[in-house]
Amino acid sequence: MTVNETLAQASNAMVYGSMTAFTGAMVAFSVSLAKGRRIETIEVSAQRTSASHQVRKGSTATLDEPSVSTSVSDGVDLGEGRRAGNIGMSLTWLGTLLLGLGILFRGLSAGRVPIGNMYEFSLAAGFAVSLTYCLMSISRDLRWLGLFISIPVLLDLGLALTVLYTESAQLVPALNSYWLAIHVSAAVVCIGAFTIGAALSGLYLVAQAAEDRVATGKEPGRSSAFAQRIPSADRLDLMSYRIHAFMFPIWTFAVIAGAIWAEAAWGRYWGWDPKETWAFITWVIYAAYLHARATAGWRGKKAAYVALAGYATILFNYFVVNIFVQGLHSYSGL
Amino acid sequence: MATMRWLWRQLTSMRIALILLFLLALASIPGSIFPQRGTSPLRVNEFLKDNPTTGPILDRFYMFDVFASPWFASIYLLLFISLTGCVLPRAVDHYKELRSQPPAAPRNLSRLPVHLQWKSNATAEQVVSDTAAAWKKRGWRVRQGEDWLSAEKGYTRETGNLLFHLSLLVLLIAVGYGGAVGYRGTVIVREDAGFANNVTQYDTFAPGRMFGADDLPPFSFELTEFESTFQRGGQQNGAPRAFHADVLVKDDPKSQPRPVTIEVNYPLRTSGITVYLVGHGYAPEFTVRDADGKVVWEDAAVFLPQDSAFTSSGVVKVPDTVPQIGLQGFFLPTVSEDFTNGPVSKFPAADDPEVYLSAWQGDLGLDSGMPQSVYRIDTENMERIGIEELAPGETWNLPNSAGTVEFTGYRQWASFVITKDPGKGWALGAAIASIVGLSLSLLIPRRRAWLRVTTSEDEGNLIEVAGLSKTEAPGLADEISQLAKLVNAPEEKL
Repeated sequence: MTVNETLAQASNAMVYGSMTAFTGAMVAFSVSLAKGRRIETIEVSAQRTSASHQVRKGSTATLDEPSVSTSVSDGVDLGEGRRAGNIGMSLTWLGTLLLGLGILFRGLSAGRVPIGNMYEFSLAAGFAVSLTYCLMSISRDLRWLGLFISIPVLLDLGLALTVLYTESAQLVPALNSYWLAIHVSAAVVCIGAFTIGAALSGLYLVAQAAEDRVATGKEPGRSSAFAQRIPSADRLDLMSYRIHAFMFPIWTFAVIAGAIWAEAAWGRYWGWDPKETWAFITWVIYAAYLHARATAGWRGKKAAYVALAGYATILFNYFVVNIFVQGLHSYSGL
Repeated sequence: MATMRWLWRQLTSMRIALILLFLLALASIPGSIFPQRGTSPLRVNEFLKDNPTTGPILDRFYMFDVFASPWFASIYLLLFISLTGCVLPRAVDHYKELRSQPPAAPRNLSRLPVHLQWKSNATAEQVVSDTAAAWKKRGWRVRQGEDWLSAEKGYTRETGNLLFHLSLLVLLIAVGYGGAVGYRGTVIVREDAGFANNVTQYDTFAPGRMFGADDLPPFSFELTEFESTFQRGGQQNGAPRAFHADVLVKDDPKSQPRPVTIEVNYPLRTSGITVYLVGHGYAPEFTVRDADGKVVWEDAAVFLPQDSAFTSSGVVKVPDTVPQIGLQGFFLPTVSEDFTNGPVSKFPAADDPEVYLSAWQGDLGLDSGMPQSVYRIDTENMERIGIEELAPGETWNLPNSAGTVEFTGYRQWASFVITKDPGKGWALGAAIASIVGLSLSLLIPRRRAWLRVTTSEDEGNLIEVAGLSKTEAPGLADEISQLAKLVNAPEEKL
């Protein structure tokens, strides 16, 4: 079967269009963020958390958080930046739609699932990030988060088009299995959501640092101008946790689906191939994050660093293991 | 005794479990950096040859057998002991909790995270008994007091948590069991040749510690045809597109042969073992005659691919002439016009096949008793007598009247991995159970709810409904509103 060149080119055009939309979204979101102010001030957050810390001390180390309040609902008031935020949001939807079409055309051009090499995988990962963000933003106001979504998506698409680009083509026999669609798409969805989780954990660390400074009576510090524009540390931490907790079983599934496929393709379900090893490391680190968040002395900043370490292992697995390490998962197309 | 108890408490604490998790992640890293004997023994040898000083030191620390090393094992065994020590007491607690009632309602409901109150004329007795029935219907476990209710739900969360950790234990045991009683072998089979499941027929054979040679089921197969297709043109010119190995399988010596196609991703499964297609290559066919024209060698020799265009190298050893003859060279499926870097193929399909041979005369060293590679000639006691390029059907008259070599054609070969892993099913079951457990333990919210009716003579009774989330799941307020609705709370209070 040959490749339909018209569709392959249409796909590329869609991806460029999507990048343009995300660039616009990034600008709009930065304008809107510059005008935003968090609803609960840093001072109030600092007081509230230092009060609740008194209560939490001495709690037992189990995965169940004892009597946590889940009513930290305050976000960011965008004020005059509301319009820019809306433009950013619309452009993000547009970018997501165009990227989705780009992926669809790419798949149609070769008549297969379009996740067969690093270029296609990067498109899918960018799509997973932006789609997850769009879906999350339906039921809550996440315009303040938009900038931190459009930047990684743009970086990802830029890398895809410049460094990772591979012409549309058929698959090698090893990838010719319905497990490709199951295993790889589960992994893509996880990577997309974990990207948002990592962004939230990073923002949490900034907010927490600002609140800690105020709580200990220090000068607000340079980052506080930024911390004024994102929600309270509590809220960011909770959002990040919920994403990670929701995605962890799916990541487990992605790894197990990979093992089932490996059993059919390579004659063993687990063989410590470098890619498998790093997927395992990611799994272990995120498992540690979930435990850390429920362990006295670890929850808060340390747990957030663990989450970021988990994300770092994903990036390592994607960019370093795929390109530089010899193994069975050598499908980068580079 | 006290020290032991202290040690045990430390080991089963979450803090140590966390540290062990980090150690496990950290310990896996060298396994992805250095080549591992389990997956690529040849690259380990290469590494040791290239790094004569650091190599042996790394080897002493099991850097080439990370996942079979004592230090890796001690980390995961400690982790599993820690896990067991943590989970077992929790299982007991959970069992008790499942059989007990929710704790009584606190005196002051207004201090709880979600709290609703309103007045009603219904009697306390009526409200309590009606609500108890309604809440039970919604899946809450309800304890009834005189003028209060205490309810809890989400016990499945902890059940899931325990199931997850337990299934990890089962998974570990299944992996260990499968490795101990199973085996893994590889074999190269040429077209029109066969394989019978017997240790001597394997090229490599790695049995588990508890494997017995009698455990090999007596099946056999013949490779009737191997088909390969490659991408033609474009950026990925020459990339493989499809492989099929058509085989005739006999599940046991008495059964009728049945035709099966083995493909990448579609192995052959028979009598507890699995046959995977993992590689392929070419086997050029030669007829070697001695000076008198007598046929001294006639077969297809397996040549091993060296690059993605299947430039393949191999040898032919002819022991029955005096002096002995050895042929060493390359099979090029599509010969390249340019040999500046030696003879190479430019495309993996056999469009324009050629062999490029050098002939050696002397002693092959087969009688020395030293094991020899079938892909290499020991030329120490031999002399090169000539080099020649041959197309199919061409004959080379060897110098020194040593005889003739006819390149008659080629066959393809396929390499198979054959495995038996009786732990596989258990591992899969445990893996599925772990996902189920994990999802339950992370997604099911555990919540408590209370109702209290305070009787008052003049203004009607005060009804309070309150709730508490024991986890970080969203939606507590909604859920408590739903419960309040069942107590006929007025709309404006929700």
